[in-house]
Formats: sequence, C-alpha cells, structure tokens
Amino acid sequence: MLAVATLLVLAAVVFYFGFTGDAPERDVDLGDLRNSNLALGLALGVGLLVAGIGVVQWSRLLMIDTRVVELRTPSDAGRSTRRRFGGGTGDGLGRRRLLRNALFGALVLLPLPAVVALRGLEAGAPARREHTAWDEGVRLLTDGGYRPIRVSDIQAGEMVSVMPASFLDLPEAGPARPNERARSPVVLVRIPPAELSPARGRENWQVDGIVAYSKICTHVGCPVSLYERTTHHLLCPCHQATFDLADNGAVVFGPATRPLPQLPLRVDDDGYLVAQSDFTEPVGPSYWERDA
Amino acid sequence: MTTAPDTNMTPHSSWAFRQAERVVDLVERRVTGSSWFRRGRRTAVPNHWSFWLGYLALFSLVIVVLSGVFLTVWFEPSMAPVIYDGAYAPLRGVVVSEAYASTLDLSFEVRGGLLMRQVHYWATHVFIAAMAVHLLRVLFTGAFRTPRKLNWVVGVGLLVLGIAGAYAGHALPDDLLSGTGLRVVEGGVLAIPIVGTYLSSFIFGGAYPGDDIVTRLYVLHVFLIPALLVTLLALHVVLVRRHGRTQWRGAGKTNRNVVGSPRTVHTGRAAGLMLIVFGAVVTMAATLQINPVWLYGPYDPSQVGAGSRPDWYMAFLDGALRLMPPWEIDVLGHHLTLSLLIPVVVLPGLLVAAMALYPWVEEKIVGGRGDQHLLDRPRDMPARTGLGAAFVAFYVVLWIAGGNDVLATTFHVPVNWMTRLLQVSVVVVPPLAYTITKRICLGLQRRDRDKLLHGRETGINVVDIGGGFAELRVPLNRYDAYELTSRERRVPFVRDPEVDENGIPAPRLRSTRLRARLSNFYFGDRLDDDDR
Repeated sequence: MLAVATLLVLAAVVFYFGFTGDAPERDVDLGDLRNSNLALGLALGVGLLVAGIGVVQWSRLLMIDTRVVELRTPSDAGRSTRRRFGGGTGDGLGRRRLLRNALFGALVLLPLPAVVALRGLEAGAPARREHTAWDEGVRLLTDGGYRPIRVSDIQAGEMVSVMPASFLDLPEAGPARPNERARSPVVLVRIPPAELSPARGRENWQVDGIVAYSKICTHVGCPVSLYERTTHHLLCPCHQATFDLADNGAVVFGPATRPLPQLPLRVDDDGYLVAQSDFTEPVGPSYWERDA
Repeated sequence: MTTAPDTNMTPHSSWAFRQAERVVDLVERRVTGSSWFRRGRRTAVPNHWSFWLGYLALFSLVIVVLSGVFLTVWFEPSMAPVIYDGAYAPLRGVVVSEAYASTLDLSFEVRGGLLMRQVHYWATHVFIAAMAVHLLRVLFTGAFRTPRKLNWVVGVGLLVLGIAGAYAGHALPDDLLSGTGLRVVEGGVLAIPIVGTYLSSFIFGGAYPGDDIVTRLYVLHVFLIPALLVTLLALHVVLVRRHGRTQWRGAGKTNRNVVGSPRTVHTGRAAGLMLIVFGAVVTMAATLQINPVWLYGPYDPSQVGAGSRPDWYMAFLDGALRLMPPWEIDVLGHHLTLSLLIPVVVLPGLLVAAMALYPWVEEKIVGGRGDQHLLDRPRDMPARTGLGAAFVAFYVVLWIAGGNDVLATTFHVPVNWMTRLLQVSVVVVPPLAYTITKRICLGLQRRDRDKLLHGRETGINVVDIGGGFAELRVPLNRYDAYELTSRERRVPFVRDPEVDENGIPAPRLRSTRLRARLSNFYFGDRLDDDDR
C-alpha cells in the first residue's frame, strides 16, 4: 500500500512536468488542460488515498488496540473551591462605586474611535439612488454595440437592452462605468399599442408601442431579462419576480414589492429614440428613506 | 487500569524515535512542566463512526488552507479594468477586472493551478458539509449538554465563519455568477431600516458595485475570517481535550469514566483518515469540474445568467428570498421591506440564535443535572430528535426553494406552481417532520422493549402441537440487554396544585405552569412501564 502510494506521488511530480510543454502556450487547449489536470490530480489523489488506507491498516493490524479506561475529572471544581477562591479578591471594585463606573464608562467608549474610523470605508462618491444617467433628450443606445435606435429598428415582440448615450462619456478607468451599468440599464420592448394599457399620465411615454423600463429588478436589483412576448411578462432569473410590461411594469408574481420604473420615450429630430426625462422614481430595490 | 503496552519504558531502537523522545522531553521539562504528552498518549478515546465527522471537517480545513495559500500567490485582489490577453481565447480582448484575469491565468497558465483551485473549492464544500453533519450528530446525541454548552456555541460560530469565509471567497473572482450574488447582498443590506443605505455605501465604498469590494472581501477571506476561524478552532479542540470525549452507554461505561482505544491507536486512525480525506478531495478536484468562471464570464451588473443560484450553503437564504410574499409596510412615511428584511437579516439571525441557545433552553426545561458524558440514542429523546428533524426539514425546504427554477425546468412544471408548493411546504413540512420523527422514535423504543422482553427474532418458525405457528425467539445476551436498558427514564415535571388544602395559592404559579407545559412537551409522550 505505502509503496504504491510513494510511486503515485512520484508520478504526480512527473505529470507536473510531463504535460503542458515547456513554455506556457499562447492558446490554451482545454483538452490538454483537462488531461493534465486529470493526470496530476488522479496520481496525487489516489496516491494520498492509498497512503491513507495503508496507515489505517497499520493502525488496525499492527497497533495493539486494547480497552483503556480512564477516570474523568468533574468540570466543576466544586463549591468549596469556589468559595475559597471567589469573592473578596481585594480589587476594590465593590467599594468605590463612582470610580468603578468611571472606569467602565471609559472602557465602553474605548472602541468608539475605531468605529468612527470606519467612516473612511465610503471612499468613493456617495451612492445616488434617486437619479440615473437618463435625462431629457438622452439617446438610447443598444447595449454592446452602442448604436442609436430608430423606431423601425425594433420588431414587434422584440426585447433590446439599452444604455444611455451619456454612458460613453464616462471614464473607462475607475468604477464610473460599472456603477452606471448597475443603475441605468433599460429594456426596450415593442408591444402592439392595442395591448398596452398605460396608466393616467403615461399615455405619451411610448412611441408606436415601444416602451422602456428599468432593467434593475425592484426586488434585490438583479437585471430582469427573461421576456415572454406572448404575455408581455418580464421575469427576473434570480428570484422569479415577474412584471407585466403591457401594464406599466406591474408585479404579477414573486417577491418584488413595486412595479418596474418606466422611462418616458419620444423621438428626436433625427428620428432616434430619446428619453423625455430621467425615471420619475428611484430604480432598484426599495429602501428606508425612499420617496413614495 | 490500563493494559496498553507501556511505550515509555521501552527505548526505541530507531534513531528518529529517540530524537522525537528528546523533543518531547524538552517540551515537557521546559514548557509545560508536566508530562502532558506522555500522559496524553495513554488517554482513552472512544471510537464510533459518528465521532469522526469533526475530524473530517478539521482535515478538509487543512486542505482549504494549504490550497488557499497556493492561490494567494497568483490571485490579484483588484477591480481595476484590464483587457484580457491570456491563454483562454474566447475572452481575449474583453475588458475584465484584474481579479477575474488573474483567476483565469492561475487556472490556465500556472501548472497545477486549475487543480489547486478545484481542490480549494471542493475542500470548502466538504468542510462546510462535514461541519453541518457534525453539528447534527452532536445535536441528536445530546453531546451539547453540560459541560459542553460553551463548546457547542464555539462550534456554531465555526459553522457561521466557515460559511461567511466561503461566501467571501466565492465572490473574489468577480465573475458574473458571484457578482449577481453580491447584488443580492446589496439589495438585502438596503432593506435594513434607517442605516441600510449608509451600510451599503460603506460596504461598497460608495455606489454599487464600486471598485473596492473585491479588495475588501479579500481582506476578510484571507485574513480576518481565517484568523477568527483558527482561534475558535483552537478553542474548540482545547475544550474537547478539557472535557474529555463523550461515549455511548454500555457495559462498563459510566458518567465518571472514559472507555476506549489508547490514543496511539486513535492517532494512527486519525492520520489515516487525514490522508484519505486529502486523497478524496484531490481526486474530486481531478475529475469533477467546479465553478468554471471562464464559462460565466466577467461580472457586468446589467447582465445575468439564467438559472443563477448561489452555492448550496447559501441556497437556503436565496430560497427564503424566493418564497417570501411581496410584503412591504410603511413606518412613519418610511419603507420597511419585509420581503427582503425577513429572509436576509431576520431569518439567519434567528436560526443562528436558536442553534446557539438550544442547550440552555433544553437544560432549563429538562433540568440541569451536572456533567453529562453519556450520549443519548436519538430515539430515547423523541422530542429533541423531532425538533432537530423539524429544523432540518425547514432548512431543506428553503434549500430546495433556492433551486426552484431549476427544479421547475427539470420536472416541466411552471415555476409559479413550484413556488406556491414550496410556500405551503415551508409552513407544513416542519411540524409534520416533528410528528413523524417523534412517532418513529417511540416505535423504535417499543421495538427495543419488545426485544428485551421477548428476545431477538430468529426467523425460525415453529409449529406447535395444535398446528399453530410461532417464531422462535432467543433472549438477548447480558451486554446487549444492558445497552438497551441503560437509559434514563424521564417523566414530565408535575407542578404543585394551584391551591393547596388550606386555600393558599402555590408560589411562582406562572413560571412553574410554563415549566410543566414544556416538560410535558418533552416527556409527555412516552412508553409507560405498564403499557405493554
């Protein structure tokens, strides 16, 4: 057993050098990688397993297993010991009440500076939750290609992920772009106008049945992305909150507590889709001091 | 009392052993001032398969640490964007974070790196699973009772730290799956009343996701949590040594002794198990792919993969998020999002508190009776076993709910039905599990009594003179009979009558009434001695 183990562990060392050539390859061949992983891991793993079985056999066959009986000591030292060592320790804590309380007060406050120093954790700009990068006249760009969108580009039943044109002005380094991608993404769908039932005041937020909603789920903020064209339902793959895009983003199933915010749309002079304004309510999950 | 060969007396012929003895001598004379090591070699260690679960957790933690050190050499805990230019062709030219790029590099370009990464993951799964099963073993056998109550709390702390550490590590590669998990955490933090938005800003260094979180989780994952974990682990082991091992009831075993194998033999077994655990984990890492972050892609907060779900140890919380009804209440013009607050904050808090405090609750009800070193068979404490089963059932329903979309796809049912079914189950199944388990325990007790009274079934049928059939039964031997009878017979606490014969109300009526009720809950259903 132990001899086999030795051989296998040595084999693992050989496999380490044996497989992936001399220099790291430019293009990793996943098949090669898998073989290398398998050979190295199996040699080492089985080697260890066999060694372990060998040691267990050793303890079973060669060691003398007898029945040993040992007496316990009680965990409690007993009342007499406690009485002998407890109380009256001469520390004076019982006598000078005012001094003692002052001491406790100082000790309780001791961690306060450390806690206050944690204020520095918020190194970046505080989060803006009420506003996104959308504004009056900001163009809608397809996500990925960043092309402006005409009404005729969107087929009925189609869903397109969209970012605001102002996203491209953000610096590439630093957190600005990821932060905006966590806040401003929008889904654009085209629904036959007859099937839309816009709430009062939202009648002119759509363009020929094209409506736009925040892609950030109002449950915990996952991107809502599974669209079912026949029912106009948008499902969040994280916790299955389901929203009806034909009915102002209303929740039809799942744990979300409020509808998806809708982005008012219009067409600009060049025929491209633009926002009429920012969202009229905060996007994403609810929080304590959220308006309305 | 020992009959073990006295190894201290026989000088070892081998050079290595002599040197080892010298080291032991040095430590015992100059450090401990006692012969703790030599005495330790002679202590008795009871043996049972269930006593090895804690060792399983310990040994898998050792591999977690070893493989983790290997990974820290190559991993870059930074969210700075870079253009990926490594060996994995499909992602070349994509803007990713340094954390993600270095994870791919250490998987594809460092030899043995992929193996080590998979070892790290698999060992973590084994570690957490072993801790959980070990915890259930301790719960169901009553090994948490005095004097081990404190050590039980330490164990619960280890489990919580293990899960927290694993979660922090899971998020480090900054891939699409773990990033989605972080977004859920952000949503949960936002739901905390009053301080939620501030907390979120502090955690992420401003707006979500920012460019700090991976660095911060890295500090937690490689420094803070391991430091706490190892400290608690040391305390756990020291307390086990201090309290001595528990043992099953049996002939010759009392509450005042420990009966078992000599420690030398035990150490041999433990060393073997350690190598087997190492070997099993490495074999898993060699053959089973885990967390292929290159398939998930880098994190982009505007994207999500279908079927996204957390690792299994976090799945119960995600399941709770999925099952929660959309409740939100207004408090003085502010929003209290119960649909997030309950699953993310209240539920885990209550679960941990319930686990940690259970030993004290049970002692209060059952009554403290000093040190308890003899284990209960789960069937002998039907109420405790039932409560444990209900707890497990509750957890498992939530855990299943964490994959309700995958289950719905597998079984071709609408995901909404799945959610509704699980919403009902989470309320109905735990009480059902309690009742069924308790009944099974009582049934097993009845079978034991039947064995004691009428002997063991032999399978031999005998025809009597009148033509009737009967099975031949053989009485148990004395040792087996002792094991079956050696248990405490507990009866519910009966309080004094509310009013004594002179019309004076009993003192502390309310608290004794509560205690009687709870005691009745624990011991009310039992086999009466005359119920045959």
